[in-house]
Amino acid sequence: MAEFLDSLFSIFFIETLMNGLLLGGILALLSVGLNLIFGVIDVVWICYAEIIMVGMYLIFYLNNDLGVHIIPSMIAGILFSGLVGWLTHKIVIARLIDAAPINQLIATGGLLFFFQGAAMIVFGIEFRNMGVSLGSLAVSEDIYLSWTRLISFAISGLIVVALYLFLSRSYLGAAIRAISQDKEIMSLMGVDTKKLYLLTSAIGGALAGLGGCLLVLQYDVHPFIGLSFGPITFIICVMGGLGNMVGGFIAAFIFSELITIGGYFAEIEWGYVLAFVFFIIMMFIRPEGLFARKS
Amino acid sequence: MKYLKLQKVKVKIAMLNVTNLNVGYGSFQALFNIDIDVNAGEAVAVIGPNGAGKTTLMRAISGLMPVKSGTINMEGTDVTKTPAHDIVKLGIAHVPEHRRLFPRMSVEDNLRMGSYAPQFRANYHKRLDFVYSLFPRMQERRNQLAGTMSGGEQQMCAIGRALMSDPKILLMDEPSAGLAPVIVQQVFDLINKIKSEGLTVLIVEQNVKQVLKVVDRAYIIEAGSLKMGGTSSELLGSSEVQKAYLGM
Ligand SMILES: Nc1ncnc2c1ncn2[C@@H]1O[C@H](COP(=O)(O)OP(=O)(O)OP(=O)(O)O)[C@@H](O)[C@H]1O
Ligand SMILES: [Mg+2]
Repeated sequence: MAEFLDSLFSIFFIETLMNGLLLGGILALLSVGLNLIFGVIDVVWICYAEIIMVGMYLIFYLNNDLGVHIIPSMIAGILFSGLVGWLTHKIVIARLIDAAPINQLIATGGLLFFFQGAAMIVFGIEFRNMGVSLGSLAVSEDIYLSWTRLISFAISGLIVVALYLFLSRSYLGAAIRAISQDKEIMSLMGVDTKKLYLLTSAIGGALAGLGGCLLVLQYDVHPFIGLSFGPITFIICVMGGLGNMVGGFIAAFIFSELITIGGYFAEIEWGYVLAFVFFIIMMFIRPEGLFARKS
Repeated sequence: MKYLKLQKVKVKIAMLNVTNLNVGYGSFQALFNIDIDVNAGEAVAVIGPNGAGKTTLMRAISGLMPVKSGTINMEGTDVTKTPAHDIVKLGIAHVPEHRRLFPRMSVEDNLRMGSYAPQFRANYHKRLDFVYSLFPRMQERRNQLAGTMSGGEQQMCAIGRALMSDPKILLMDEPSAGLAPVIVQQVFDLINKIKSEGLTVLIVEQNVKQVLKVVDRAYIIEAGSLKMGGTSSELLGSSEVQKAYLGM
């Protein structure tokens, strides 16, 4: 017991909590794009994390193989993922917009394998590393936080805040909120709903690309990297109440802390187990999500 | 000083012409050969029992429903195949059945959506002032979520939202449905006021007695077909109408 208390008040535990916070920032950014698409179009992109993977590969390829500077590579990655999001809607979802949800799930699930397969053919199955190291920030004598993680956290925070302001303040943002509440009436307001769906899909794709920019600095790229982030992102959205961006945001931090705390007391894999057990219990207690809006 | 007495000459300028309209849902035909005209400045009602096809007619006009055959003309332009999001830009605003506000958005955001189209945005503040002068209650409630307001307030918001685009013609689908009698009276007073502003109105109503006091003319639709049409006084005087709709 004393040992447990010791470890709880140890300096390393504080470092763990801080790392959990940093991880939460990235998870929040990943969930925000998926949530936006679900909230507006009412479709779950099972292949969302694979669009992140596509973005990571493009950044890696431009920077590593072609020697393009990292910043333009990232901008290209964001734009390309936006295009992939646009195409996903244009080619697949638009045709299934009135179909049963299961058909939409199967279609985006098919896209997941398509993206994985395409990445394998083009890039092979090797793990590729950008080899960027920005070093660590010494918060105190014993606490070190990786600069990459800190910068990722700051960028995630900025983007989430910017998206929030965009949705709450701008005409277009208001239209995006409104269309999720009554699509047909939006056309009476002079809105071409098909175009607005395409635009939302492009924004969602670009957010995935942005997530890719931050992940490519910390993780190896490989065709199956999506499997490391897809399920967590999806579960965070469900826990926050699908389509509820603020709920997803908070859920991201709950999840990331559970993962890192679990990893602190045992292996990191146990962190995931802890987080998923929490999720399953939550689904029994509040199946509509922690912060589901009242309907 | 002599003063001229201005004679009111009613010049009929066609605004909306529906000709030989057929509309259906799949193989079910809801409207048969409907002809309806609304002239500029007029208020016209469409009345009829439940399921007659009144809502279908309104939805066809504003482009929410595809038309099987026939034409819809707005100020001489054929709009039969024009999509809904372009119809509103031609000056046709639709207050839909059951109000259909955006429930989780504030009153003001709902109104803002009414002037969403780029050509309406420049006049947003002017129109907002106008709507608030018409409905001071909406100004008091501007930050309230639309879904949390009373039925009467929601109806005002729905009408206000349609007025935000400064339309030439306002389509209203049963604005008094589900409201308490006092509020129903307020809605009809309001329609009178909107009419006196020079706006053209096409209104679907079940409160036949009250609506005939407000409109100039009315059409009666039964089972998808035009049954009768005439001025309000003609219809009020018709024994058929009295029996079927006025309970006399
Ligand atoms: N989505 C739909 N699919 C199939 N049939 C429909 C649909 N909507 C309406 N109908 C049918 O079309 C006919 C006309 O309906 P409509 O809603 O236009 O009537 P209404 O005159 O507005 O009735 P109410 O006074 O009850 O609002 C009805 O027989 C109705 O059952
Ligand atoms: Mg109706």
